Amino acid sequence: MALLEASEVVAGYGETEVLHGVSIAVDAGEVVTIIGPNGCGKSTLMKAVVGLVRVRSGGVAFRGSSIAGMPPERIVRTGLCYVPQTNNVFPSLTIRENLEMGAFVREGDYRGRMEEMFALFPDLTRQPNRRAGSLSGGQRQMLAIARALMLDPALLLLDEPSAGLAPAMVSMVFERVREVNRAGVAVLLVEQNAREALRMSDRGYLLVAGENRLEAAGRDLLDNPDVARLYLGGRAT
Amino acid sequence: MTADGLRGAARRVSLAWGPMHTFALLALLAAGMGFLPFVKMSLVVNGVVLASIIALGAIGLTLIYGILNFANIAHGDYMTLGAYVALFFAGTLLPSFGAEGGGIGPFTFGYPLLVALPLSIAAVAALAVALDALLYRRLRERGVNAVLISMASLGVAIGLRGLVQMLWSGDVQRLPRESREVWHLPMDVRVPPDSLFIAAVAIVLVAATYLVLSRTKMGKAMRATADNPDLALVSGISTQRVIRWTWVMGAALAATAGVLLAVFQANIIPIMGWKFLIPLFAAVILGGIGSPYGALAGAFIIGVTMEVSTQWINPSYKPAAAFALMLLMLLMRPRGLFGSRQ
Repeated sequence: MALLEASEVVAGYGETEVLHGVSIAVDAGEVVTIIGPNGCGKSTLMKAVVGLVRVRSGGVAFRGSSIAGMPPERIVRTGLCYVPQTNNVFPSLTIRENLEMGAFVREGDYRGRMEEMFALFPDLTRQPNRRAGSLSGGQRQMLAIARALMLDPALLLLDEPSAGLAPAMVSMVFERVREVNRAGVAVLLVEQNAREALRMSDRGYLLVAGENRLEAAGRDLLDNPDVARLYLGGRAT
Repeated sequence: MTADGLRGAARRVSLAWGPMHTFALLALLAAGMGFLPFVKMSLVVNGVVLASIIALGAIGLTLIYGILNFANIAHGDYMTLGAYVALFFAGTLLPSFGAEGGGIGPFTFGYPLLVALPLSIAAVAALAVALDALLYRRLRERGVNAVLISMASLGVAIGLRGLVQMLWSGDVQRLPRESREVWHLPMDVRVPPDSLFIAAVAIVLVAATYLVLSRTKMGKAMRATADNPDLALVSGISTQRVIRWTWVMGAALAATAGVLLAVFQANIIPIMGWKFLIPLFAAVILGGIGSPYGALAGAFIIGVTMEVSTQWINPSYKPAAAFALMLLMLLMRPRGLFGSRQ
C-alpha cells in the first residue's frame, strides 16, 4: 500500500479546472518528483493533497485512509507536511517562533525537535530570535523546510524549494532534502530544476495540461530523449 | 564571535527595543510640548489620558483588521455597549442589592464599577463571538469581500446603537458619582484622580495584550495567521479558533475603553462610541494598519494632538484635528509609522 495515493484528482480555482484527473502515488521513504511545463497543475496538485484546494472528484488517501475534503489543519495532523513555493515562513515571527508554529499541533514538548532542526540547519542556530522576514532567500527556505519538519511527518511536500535561489544555495537545499529523506521521510517534490531533482528521485511523474503523461524511474525520465528535449530544456544526459 | 554574529546580536537588541525608543521619544516630545510657553501642560496631561483610552480601542481594531482583514466599523459601538453594561451593573443592579459601596479613595466611582468592569468585558466579548458565528463567519465562508463585510459591520453598529437606545433611552446617563476631588499639580495642572485610574488600567491591559501576543501559543498563532493565513492552516492552526480569540481580545479591550471613556467624560450617551471612531481609525492608520505597536504610538499622538488643539479651536471640533493628522499620514506615508510594506 502506498503512503500517499491520489487517484483521478480533479481540482481547480473558481470556474477554471486545472487538474483533469491526475493520479500519483508515493511509497514510504521514497523521493518522487513531479515535472511538467508551467501551468500544468503541479502546485495545484500539492495544494489539493494538503487541502488548500478542494478536490472536486477523485480520491486522496494517506496511509490508507481518505483525506480528500478534510480541512488543511486536520490533514497536517495525519503526518503530511507542506512547504509552499512562496510565502512559506511567517515574516514577522522570529525563527524560533516559526518553528514553534510548525509544532502547533504537536503533543508534548517540542523543544527536543527544535534542537534537532537546529542541528540539521545550523544556519538557523546563530540568530534564533531574528525575524524570518529579514532572512536571505536560502535561510528562509531552510526555515520553511524546518518548520514543516517540526511535526516529524512521514511525507514532506516541497513546492519548488530551489526557486529564486543562488546556485550555491540550490545544491545546499538539495543536500538537505537528501538528508531528510535518509532519515526516513518520504518526499514529494515539484521542481523547475528538474534535472537535479530527478537525479535524486526514485520515481518521477510528467504532468502536461493537468493530466498524467508519463511515469518512470527518475533516471529513466532523465534519459528519455523526448522528455529531455521538451521538458528539461536540452538533450538527454 | 564573528563580525556577522555581532551584527546579529545588535539587530536583536534593536528589534526588542525599537518600539521602546519610539515611546520614550514620544513621551519626551509630549512632555517637552507641555513646557512650551504657548501650550498648556494640563492639556498635554489630559491628552495622555485620552490617548490611553484611544489605545485600547485602536489595538483591538488593528488586531481585528490584521487577522480578519476588514475594518470593524462597529468597534465604537462595542465600546458604547461596554459602558452601558457597566452602567447597568454599577448603577442599577448592584445598588438594588444594597451594594452602594461608597467611593474608593479619591475616585469618583465606587467598588461596584470594579465589579461591573469584568462583567461588561465578558458581555461584550460574548456578543462579539456570537455576532461572528451568526454573521461574519457566514460572510467569510461565502467569500464576500472585505468592503462588504465592513458594510455589514456598519449595519451592526447602527443596530447596536438602536438596541442601546431602546434599552436605556437616548438621554444622557451618569455613573454613580462618589467624589468630586481634583488634584492640583505644578504648572497649573488640575486632574481628577480618575485620570490616574484610567491610565493605570490602560497600561495594565496594553502590557497584558503585549504578553499574550508575544508569549502565549494562541497569541503567536494570531500573529502567524495575520502574517500568512494559508501557511497557518497547513501548520495546523485553526483559523476559526484564532478568529474567536481575536474577537474576545478586541471586544474586551473595546468594552474597557468604553467604561473608561464613561469615567473620563463623566457621562454616557448612545453615540459616544460612534463619535470615537475617528480617533480610533486615525490612531490605527497613523501607526500602520495591523500593527498593535503602531496603534499604541498612533493613539499617543492622536490623543495629545486632540487635547492640545482645543487651546486654539473649539473643543467640539477636536476630532477634526485627529482626522487632519490621519489624512496627512495617508498622503505622506500610507503604510503608517510601523506598517508593513505590503
